[in-house]
Amino acid sequence: MISLLKGMWQVFLHTFRRRVTIQYPEHVDYLPPRWRGRIILSRDPDGEERCVACYLCAAACPVDCISLQATEDAHGRRYPASFRINFSRCIFCGYCEEACPTDAIQLTPDFEMCEYDRQNLVYEKEDLLISGPGKYHDYNFYRVAGISIGGKDKGEAERESPPIDPLGLLP
Amino acid sequence: MSELRNIIVPLITVFGVIIIAMSMAAGLIWLERRLLALWQDRYGPNRVGPFGLLQVLADLIKIISKEDWVPPFADAAVFVVAPAAMFIPVLLTFAVISYTPGIAVTDLNIGLLFFLAMSSLTVYGVVLAGWASDSKYSLLGGMRAAAQMLSYEVFMSLSLMGVVMLAGSFDLRQIVEAQRGLWYVVPQFPGMLIFLTAGVAETRRLPFDLPEAEGELVAGFHAEYSGMKFALFFIEEYLGITLVSVLISVLFFGGWLGPLLPPLAWLAIKTMFFISLFILLRATFPRPRYDQLMSFGWKVMLPLALTNLVVTGGIILAAR
Repeated sequence: MISLLKGMWQVFLHTFRRRVTIQYPEHVDYLPPRWRGRIILSRDPDGEERCVACYLCAAACPVDCISLQATEDAHGRRYPASFRINFSRCIFCGYCEEACPTDAIQLTPDFEMCEYDRQNLVYEKEDLLISGPGKYHDYNFYRVAGISIGGKDKGEAERESPPIDPLGLLP
Repeated sequence: MSELRNIIVPLITVFGVIIIAMSMAAGLIWLERRLLALWQDRYGPNRVGPFGLLQVLADLIKIISKEDWVPPFADAAVFVVAPAAMFIPVLLTFAVISYTPGIAVTDLNIGLLFFLAMSSLTVYGVVLAGWASDSKYSLLGGMRAAAQMLSYEVFMSLSLMGVVMLAGSFDLRQIVEAQRGLWYVVPQFPGMLIFLTAGVAETRRLPFDLPEAEGELVAGFHAEYSGMKFALFFIEEYLGITLVSVLISVLFFGGWLGPLLPPLAWLAIKTMFFISLFILLRATFPRPRYDQLMSFGWKVMLPLALTNLVVTGGIILAAR
C-alpha cells in the first residue's frame, strides 16, 4: 500500500520536470553532419559529376530503390545518363554511400521531403545532383585514380608513379 | 406565471446538467491526454487552438465523419442498442445528484440506491456489446467486464452503507447536509478507499481496465465498434469517471460545503481533484492479472468492506 502511494507520488513529481519533447516546426533540433537523410549526388571540386555509374550503390541497396544507366562522354569519363532514386522505398540505411567508390552519393541531414503525391517521391538525376562537393571538399576521383581519360594519361595522377612496362627486361 | 416557472426551471436544470456532463466528458479526453503527457514529460495535444483545447472539436468532427459500420457477422439490433444501453444509465445517475442546495434535477429520497442500480445496469451494455460483436476478443472482454463489474459492485454498495448509517438517509442532499460538522472521509476513511477502488473498477479504468486491455484483447468489448457508437463507449467511460468523482466528493468530502467560494465551485474543485487522481492512477499503475483482480476483490476488498460496515454499525450502536 505504501509502495503504491510512493509510486503515485513519484509520478506526480514529474509535473515539475522539464518536458523532453522538442516542438518540431518551431524548434529544429541539431542534426549531425553524418545524419542519414535525403540522398544527393555530389560534384568534384572542378564541378564535374563524381558518379562513375559503377552500379555499386544499386547493387548494395537492400530495397532496390536506386536505378541508373551508365554512359561515357567524349573524354572516356563514365557518368550516369539517368539516375533515379525512389524515396518512397528508400530506408535511408546509407549502404549506397558506403558502397560508393568515388564519394559521389551522399546522405545529408535533411528529412523534410514529404509529398502529397507518391509519384513526386521519385527523384530524377536533376533532383539529386547538387552543385558542390558535399562532405568531401577536395576529393576528385579522376585526379587520384590510375585510369586514363581524355586529357590525363596513365601515371599522371597525384602520387602516382609512371606505368611500368611489363614486357621490359630491366629490373 | 408560477406554473411557467415550474416548467422552465426544471427544464433549464435538466438541460444544463446534460450539457455540462457531456462537455465534461468531451473535455476530459483533452484533460486526460494533457495530464498523462505532463506526467510522462511530454506535451500532449497542444496544436489545435489555445493549449490544444480545440482538439476535442477536431476529434468530434473526425469521429462523426467516420464510417458507422456494423460487421456483417454481428447481431445488428443488439450491436446498435448496446452503446446506448451503457450510456443511458450513467447519464440517468446525474439526475439524482444534488450539486448545490438548490440545483438538482430530482431530489430522490433513495438517490444512492438509484445510483447503485444504474451502475449495475451498465454491465448489460458491456456484455451485450461483447456478445453482439460475435468476435472472440469482444466476447472475452464482455465476460471479463461482467465478472469484474459484478464482483466490485458487491463491496461498492457495502462501502457506501457506512455513510448511509452515519447520515441516516439515502438522499444525497441530506448526506451532504449531515457532513456540515465533519466530512465523512474522517470517520469513513476505509469506506472512501474501498469506494474509490470500486469506482475505478466500475468505470473500467486503469489499473482495472481488463475488459478492454489493449495489450491482450485488442480493445475488448468495443473492438468491433467504430464511428459514433465507439465514441458513445468513450463518452460513457468519461461520464463514469465524472460521476464517480462527483459521488466521492458528495459522499465523503462534503459535496458543495466549503468556505468563501460559492457551493458549485467547491463541488467543481473537489470533482476535478478526483478526476485528476483517476488519471494519476492510470499514469502510475500497471494492469494486474485477471485472477489477481478477482482475488483482490473477493478476498481483500469484500472482507474489508464488511469489517468497515460492522465496526461503523457497532460504534453507532454504542454511541446511541
